[in-house]
Amino acid sequence: MAQKLVGQRVKRVEDPRLITGTSHYVDDIHLPGMLYAAFLRSPYAHARIKSIKADLALQHPGVVAVITGKETKDKCGTVPCAAAVPDLKRPTHYCLALDRAYFVGHPVAIVIANDRYTARDAVDLIDVDFEPLPAASDPEAALKSGAPLAHPEFRTNLAFKTEGADISEIFKKADKIVKQKLLNQRLVPCAMEPRGVIAHWLPGEQQLTLWSSTQIPHLMRTQVALMLGFPENRLRVITPEVGGGFGSKLNVYAEESLLGYVSMKLKKPVKWIETRRENFTGTIHGRGQVAEIEMAVKNDGTILGMKYHIVSDLGAYHQLLTPAMPILTGLVLTGSYKIPSVSLSVSGVFTNRMSTDAYRGAGRPEATYMIERMMDRIAQELKLDPVEVRKKNFPKPEEFPFATPMGVVYDSGNYTLALDKCLELIGYQKFRQEQAEARKQGRHIGIGLSCYVEICALGPSPAMPAGGWESATVRLEPTGKVTILTGASPHGQGQETSFAQIAADELGVKLEDIIVVHGDTSIVQYGIGTFGSRATAVGGTAVYEAINKLKAKGKKIAAHNLGVEENAVEWDGSGFAAKGQGKRLSIGEIALAAHLAKMLPQDMEPGLSATHFYEPKNFTFPFGAHAVTVDVDIETGAFKILRYVAVDDCGKVINPMMVDGQVHGGIAQGLGQALYEEAVYDENGQLLTGEFMDYALPRTTHMPWIECDRTETPTPVNPLGVKGVGEAGTIGSTPVFVNAVVDALAPFGIKHIDMPLKPEKIWRAIQAAKRA
Amino acid sequence: MGHKIQLTINGNSAEYEVEPRMLLVHFLRDHVSLTGTHIGCETGICGACTVLLNGEAIKSCMIFAVQADGAEIITIEGLAKDEKLHAVQEGFWEHHGLQCGYCTPGMIISGVQLLKRNSDPSDEEIRHGLVGNLCRCTGYQHIVEAVRYAAKKTNEAATKEG
Ligand code: FES
Ligand code: FES
Repeated sequence: MAQKLVGQRVKRVEDPRLITGTSHYVDDIHLPGMLYAAFLRSPYAHARIKSIKADLALQHPGVVAVITGKETKDKCGTVPCAAAVPDLKRPTHYCLALDRAYFVGHPVAIVIANDRYTARDAVDLIDVDFEPLPAASDPEAALKSGAPLAHPEFRTNLAFKTEGADISEIFKKADKIVKQKLLNQRLVPCAMEPRGVIAHWLPGEQQLTLWSSTQIPHLMRTQVALMLGFPENRLRVITPEVGGGFGSKLNVYAEESLLGYVSMKLKKPVKWIETRRENFTGTIHGRGQVAEIEMAVKNDGTILGMKYHIVSDLGAYHQLLTPAMPILTGLVLTGSYKIPSVSLSVSGVFTNRMSTDAYRGAGRPEATYMIERMMDRIAQELKLDPVEVRKKNFPKPEEFPFATPMGVVYDSGNYTLALDKCLELIGYQKFRQEQAEARKQGRHIGIGLSCYVEICALGPSPAMPAGGWESATVRLEPTGKVTILTGASPHGQGQETSFAQIAADELGVKLEDIIVVHGDTSIVQYGIGTFGSRATAVGGTAVYEAINKLKAKGKKIAAHNLGVEENAVEWDGSGFAAKGQGKRLSIGEIALAAHLAKMLPQDMEPGLSATHFYEPKNFTFPFGAHAVTVDVDIETGAFKILRYVAVDDCGKVINPMMVDGQVHGGIAQGLGQALYEEAVYDENGQLLTGEFMDYALPRTTHMPWIECDRTETPTPVNPLGVKGVGEAGTIGSTPVFVNAVVDALAPFGIKHIDMPLKPEKIWRAIQAAKRA
Repeated sequence: MGHKIQLTINGNSAEYEVEPRMLLVHFLRDHVSLTGTHIGCETGICGACTVLLNGEAIKSCMIFAVQADGAEIITIEGLAKDEKLHAVQEGFWEHHGLQCGYCTPGMIISGVQLLKRNSDPSDEEIRHGLVGNLCRCTGYQHIVEAVRYAAKKTNEAATKEG
């Protein structure tokens, strides 16, 4: 039998089209007679719209229409939010602003023209009389009395508040209370492909097709159908090639409904491609949490309890999952540790800014950053080794499944194993000796650790806003070729390859005889999509289960055609053989028999395809340990990264090369947050970092060489043993940098420096410490 | 009004009429239907739109099509010869130098340029050569390996022929 492909470094099947420029992203699609849309967006964070005069724009040659909120209010519905949070204040989120604009980038009007240049020209010809109003910008300031209100009708900026349990009794038992305020700054996801939509209305067929750069074609179709009051079965959503998402395309946006409306109104195909500036102002942001944390600890490092208050900057509106982000943070608040008592309170705050929502990790990087910073703070306060404090509080391997006070049950884990491997690779003890030597010479080197656990394979449906299952259809064609339709919607993760690897092994067919189809609601059965490190663990399992169903039928057909009882045939790796008789039928021959249907068991349906909707029983909980060493120049505050080691455990690995790729990319985003990235709004709610010129994405020269290794603890949750790895790098990496820099500066007694770790901030912290 | 320009794109010479303010990248994508060259910013920062103009890698969102009059342009579509991938393309496939693929055409073109200038670059030189190209997916490490692979492969082929 051929070598198994699962676990192999298989080259990706999606790559040939991508490296030759022959794939199709939304903007690469051109339809005859296509019109172009451009948006006029609010330049103010909060303003009254007194009038909109479009005459000049309409007179401009090539302009077809100008559309405003008055027209779309009753036609395009409101932008949905699926998060369930008790007593949540919900501002009505029309697709275009009506008499007020609530954030910089808020869409106010659409110009439709014959080409994209004309559409953009005409946006400048629209005369909007804005009356600027005071804006709520900083979330903490927005909670003070007398602060400008983001939505005056609510008379408060507090969108919701949850109260934590009273655990003061436990805090009384502590030897020490360690407190820290920690900031998780706002970030901009910055997928390299901006969003884009093409809408094409076919009046004869009464069908509307939307091509959209989204992570969730099926969910988006349902929502846009509801927004437009249009029958869902006549709406087709296609996600062609998607150039990255990172959560920013895990959403339903105003533009998707608006473009559908415009195409139906004008009876023409219409295209809108987001500019990078629009992407910065009008596509969701991530993070934006400030936390006050108190940890009750014993002198030996044992953690008794933790109090945690999050102020979450929601922005002006609730996008699909906005208010759920701090709640997700709560789920993994205790990280890799046994913390018996937790009191979590959350204040969700409206600001006149773009909405925050799911950005790679979505709530979990925030939690991991905070708990991992706190582990170092505890070690610092108690003068213990940070490794010792971590190990002391790990659950042991035999304690799994491990229930946390946050209401989740960790499936499997061996945290000490991953940490020890990481320490060995980075040479922890040796580094500590070098550090002592370096300090004598006035050099400041430091080491930072993080032991993360994440929630992946989102997730069991009862815990999800819209169902957490995934679907797959596996079809054997008459010629023996295999077609897989997946409800997942990969956009760079490589599931066309990893799903084919699974199917190749299970069916004994060649990789090149398999095609994985996704992202077209008219071809693929309903699905959920790709986010939350779920596609392989949930969607891959659906493929696996569909194949099992298909093989069960194939076995019956084989037995019938071989003229033996069903229990006399067995799977031989690529077909069914009659035991001990030397007769067999390959899966391809069975497929042909199933379609010719001349010799099928009585009452059996012809054809050979099976569909499975897989519902996971639990989340999965990948984990790992990351470490970095740094050398800080105390004269300038700049630092060099010396080494980066990542030991990840994502359960069973389907394709090690792709897992490494996910880890590298995740770390780049975590490093981005730790060192460079920050969405800065001024006190008027103006976005100061609205372009790549002002918002620093990590470039080639910013990244250290990442030394990747793994431990492998399969999950019992699914038969593949796969946990997921899409977000691990981002979740594990952010705290290590801050931990390392603070460790390097230990001689100064510096307790904490907020991200991003700009040299100036580090330098100022050193100066302040010297003065003190 | 249109301006007449003459261009050789991926080996094909032709005359075109373009609006003077038409960016080269829009011209290539919308008028010549070469959509392999991508747009990530239109402000010269991301490098997704990188093409070879008279052998030099340029960001095609930073020049007007009329400025390219008379030039020879190679886009990602023109890199493979006779169905055979360029060594840099091959390296990206071998070493998983891409995920979503959006930055990839620009990245590959910059890789080609960098190897033309330095046939045996160190990792640091590779990183330096690609500093104008943003990628949000890969963390760049596999891209460095991809270019390293291409350098080795090209040098080996040259030695054999030599
Ligand atoms: S599109 Fe030209 S550099 Fe970004
Ligand atoms: S592969 Fe997605 S941006 Fe580079």
